[in-house]
Amino acid sequence: MNREIEAIYALWKRELIRFFRAKSRVIGSLGMPFFFLAILGTGLSNAFALPMEGNYLEFITPGIIGMVLMFGSMFSGIIVLIDRQFGFLKETLVAPVSRTSIVIGKALGGATTAMFQGIIIMLIAFFLGVNFQIGNAVLLLVFMFMISVMFVSLGITIASKMEDMHGFQIIMNFLIMPLFFLSGALFPLSTAPEILKAASMFDPLTYGVNGLRFILLGYSEVPFATCFAVISAFTIAFIAIAILAFNRIEE
Amino acid sequence: MASNAIETRELSKNYKELKAVDKVSLVVEKGTIFGLLGPNGAGKTTLISMLVTMRKPSGGSAKVNGFDIEREAGKVRESIGIVFQDQSLDDELTAKENLEMHAAMYNVPKGERRKRIEGMVKLVGLEEQLNKEVKTFSGGMKRRLEIARGLVHHPKILFLDEPTIGLDPQTRTSIWDYIKKLNREKGITIILTTHYMDEADSVCGKVAIIDHGKIIAEGGPKQMKNELGGDVVSIECANSEKCRKQLEGFAWVKNAVKHGGTVDARVEKGEEKIPKILAFAAKKGIMVKSVSLRKPSLDDVFIHYTGRTIREQEASPGAAMRLRRKAWGQKR
Repeated sequence: MNREIEAIYALWKRELIRFFRAKSRVIGSLGMPFFFLAILGTGLSNAFALPMEGNYLEFITPGIIGMVLMFGSMFSGIIVLIDRQFGFLKETLVAPVSRTSIVIGKALGGATTAMFQGIIIMLIAFFLGVNFQIGNAVLLLVFMFMISVMFVSLGITIASKMEDMHGFQIIMNFLIMPLFFLSGALFPLSTAPEILKAASMFDPLTYGVNGLRFILLGYSEVPFATCFAVISAFTIAFIAIAILAFNRIEE
Repeated sequence: MASNAIETRELSKNYKELKAVDKVSLVVEKGTIFGLLGPNGAGKTTLISMLVTMRKPSGGSAKVNGFDIEREAGKVRESIGIVFQDQSLDDELTAKENLEMHAAMYNVPKGERRKRIEGMVKLVGLEEQLNKEVKTFSGGMKRRLEIARGLVHHPKILFLDEPTIGLDPQTRTSIWDYIKKLNREKGITIILTTHYMDEADSVCGKVAIIDHGKIIAEGGPKQMKNELGGDVVSIECANSEKCRKQLEGFAWVKNAVKHGGTVDARVEKGEEKIPKILAFAAKKGIMVKSVSLRKPSLDDVFIHYTGRTIREQEASPGAAMRLRRKAWGQKR
């Protein structure tokens, strides 16, 4: 048991070292969300009526944090593919450590770096003038953690199934972007066409974004209890699937 | 305690219709440097990957350090070190971080890690580079670091899959020196694969030649060469096939093999046969460009058992396909 925890810790640490060592990657990953907030958020601030108090920038801030958590953790998961291409995956796979521990180590590492990015974006939003009303900081961290673990697991699952990086564009355009747009991160779902609203109910990020919006601003289009329950369920399901998929990699 | 490092019994691995490893029964005694020789695609890597528990055998059984590779995979893994054919370091970490990571994964006691890492790094001469990122390393340095990493958890057997492939001759020599030193000083059993026959000859205490998934010959390199006996006369000539056929007709030629434009004839007392060969060539109108005489090498042993040189085999498309199918890490 002790050995497995050692391995999880080592893998977690590796993710952190790699993340913070590549300064350009840290800055690069924060570029898009920053412009979303600073330009889209401020530019559209009076463009349409919101079902909540506050301006558009405030409305999309939880959405952008959700996006950062999703992008950041998805990428950490998909790095498994790069590890395979560059051979490092083999080193981990032949170690006397269970595959489950490898997935957990990676998931924790990816979640940590994604949460770091999320918190940076929160700070940026704060300086742009967003008026946060954080009721429960612990709940916020737990919720961010769950969203991250869920998407790292999804990334690991995809990476376990893919042969190489060629399919990455497809994942980006046909999975990540629709999940983001459908989540109600950028527009209120309550005034959206029925078909979009229905589709968004199948998007786990919808519950992530609305849950975050509730914790950060006290407003949500989906009851928070529902958000919490759905995210918990998805997190558990996705990590289980990731463990299964990772166990199937032959080497 | 088992006295053998490795014992396999009819170990097999099939990929659909292809028998990558075909009923291999092998014993490697402790403390040997054992070379698994054969062309690319012969089944060397597949055999090794089963021994290190990365692939499940289709049939047969094997014990590594006395542990069954299927039922006690965890114990096998703890007791061996592996250096893969392809690089498997994390380029973005430093040498030290790579080694620390490995030590943690192999449960090396925390208090001992630093000492062990320093010791291993010294052994492969990378003290100066310890805190540098691996991506700045040369191919030879990376290989040495991988060897050091494979040893951090004090394995009893070190597996090296083509440890010198893609390296320049000088680096190759130094890698072999490290390997020999390891075996001598630490008594570690070393299982390596290579298709550089001359290197195997100078390093290995024992070798097995593997071709089409089967072990076709086994023994000490010296003994194998002696068994072949006599000398090898190489005749480079214009009409090599005709030359080979003619040579085979002589009672004093044990066998004659053509590769490229050269015919290798195995004979006794080669120095006395050269004039004879030249005389007959002149009579038959065979244009001889050059003649050389040598003692048999492992290459000749390989030719003797397979009828081909190791390079000819590599060039064939079938072999290339086998190779591709079984490349580590690509196959799922």
